[in-house]
Amino acid sequence: MIVSLDPEVMQIAGRSLALAATSCAIATLIALPLSSLIHFNSFRGKRLLINVIQTLYSVPTVVVGLFVFVFISRAGPLGSLGLLFTPAGIVIGQVLLVLPIMMGLTISALRGVDVTLTDTAISLGANRFQTAYVVIKEARFAMLGAVIMGFGRAISEVGLSLMVGGNIRGFTRTLTTAISLETSKGEIELSLALGMILLFIALVVSIVLNRLQQR
Amino acid sequence: MHVNISRAKVIISILAVVLLVLGSVGALTACDESTTDAVAAKKALPRLKVATTTSLYDTGLWGYLEPMFEEEYGVGMDILYAGTGKALEYGRRGDVDVITVHAKAQEEQFVAEGYGVERVPFAYNYFLIVGPEDDPAGIKGLTPEAAFQKLMEDGNGSFVSRGDGSGTHIMEQNIWAAAGYDYEDVRNAGTWYVEAGVGMGPTLTMAHELEAYTLSDMGTYLTFKGDIDLVPIVTEGDILLNVYSVIAINPDNVAVTNLEMTNNLIDFLTSDEIQELMGKYGVEEYGLQLFTPCAGNEPE
Repeated sequence: MIVSLDPEVMQIAGRSLALAATSCAIATLIALPLSSLIHFNSFRGKRLLINVIQTLYSVPTVVVGLFVFVFISRAGPLGSLGLLFTPAGIVIGQVLLVLPIMMGLTISALRGVDVTLTDTAISLGANRFQTAYVVIKEARFAMLGAVIMGFGRAISEVGLSLMVGGNIRGFTRTLTTAISLETSKGEIELSLALGMILLFIALVVSIVLNRLQQR
Repeated sequence: MHVNISRAKVIISILAVVLLVLGSVGALTACDESTTDAVAAKKALPRLKVATTTSLYDTGLWGYLEPMFEEEYGVGMDILYAGTGKALEYGRRGDVDVITVHAKAQEEQFVAEGYGVERVPFAYNYFLIVGPEDDPAGIKGLTPEAAFQKLMEDGNGSFVSRGDGSGTHIMEQNIWAAAGYDYEDVRNAGTWYVEAGVGMGPTLTMAHELEAYTLSDMGTYLTFKGDIDLVPIVTEGDILLNVYSVIAINPDNVAVTNLEMTNNLIDFLTSDEIQELMGKYGVEEYGLQLFTPCAGNEPE
């Protein structure tokens, strides 16, 4: 089945990758600046905020799914946009799902940078932005880890895609929801093959991102 | 050390853009051109959202009918499979345009409350109780009500319930009521009563693994028969009639906009041609009729 590259399976795999990558990209664009902002500024409740972000690491995908469902269902506040059971709905959910983990890990990465580096930068006359640049540059590998982690959570989640996407064939069916459906239909071998494809995609993405980082 | 912060931002943006490109390229290269075109074509069409009971989906009937309807009416169908309870809820919220379900009392209430336009039966089959071949509870050949009584009183066999508010689950509760039990008592009767909370296919698989009895619709059972050791145990009884009907969501009370296409779907399902195909569906493969057509009429 993998060898024969069944067009429907390839289409599902492509959709999974496209959805997770889009969600991950949007979440990255939000998470990196926001976490830098949190890290480089001191304000009341900073610690509490970080605690909250870290707590949200454990938010179950079905809870995010339920939350998004209620919001974008026709009877919900954003119902008129018709986002329920569409790929866009899934992206909204995945962004919400991976934001905390990306932000939390980015903040940890920035924190992990040796204090002497900051001190040296400042003593050499760097202003705030220049200091931030040095710290971000130093933390970039760990920050990339945050992005990969976010991508991993997005492409591997099933509860949210099932709830918000509805697992519609040819439209919102992803690798994970297809695995869930095929397993329930007793198609164990097909499910295993789909699982392998998912892992393979994760492998390729991680290699590409690491290559990129080492440049 | 005198570097500009904008470079850091550039690097981050590049990273993000690369991810995006990677995703889209992956999506494009992963599927060959014909499927890309098909997807593009499907996206451009008006869409009709249908919530269907899992039994019509798991048997493959919708997968069989979907392309015919799409071609005839130039519409893209979004088919969501859910238990009857969930399908009705999608309908109440206006998240689908039409539902195909099988729980008469709930459907009539749904229409009476103004959520549905009209209940149109289009096919039926029968529920049956399946179980292990050696029939540990000794209920073979009994009426469904008597079989449930024996399960409850003797406790010699396990029973896997859908437990998900689906049409099949509602039917099971009706049988328990007809057998003279309060359903709450059944749920608390002991470890022999298992609530699965999943679709018909997984429930059959679970019953097979646990060597338990379960209530199934004929269509799904026949589709799964090859992979499981369960055999028909109770197949006779008026209560086991299983009618599938289609209900258009009422645009007067719910924010749906596709009534015209929905009516096309109802006409399609009750048309002579499709009714005949439905009656023949699966006969060759399973040797038995999965669905008996009954265009617009309540079967006797």
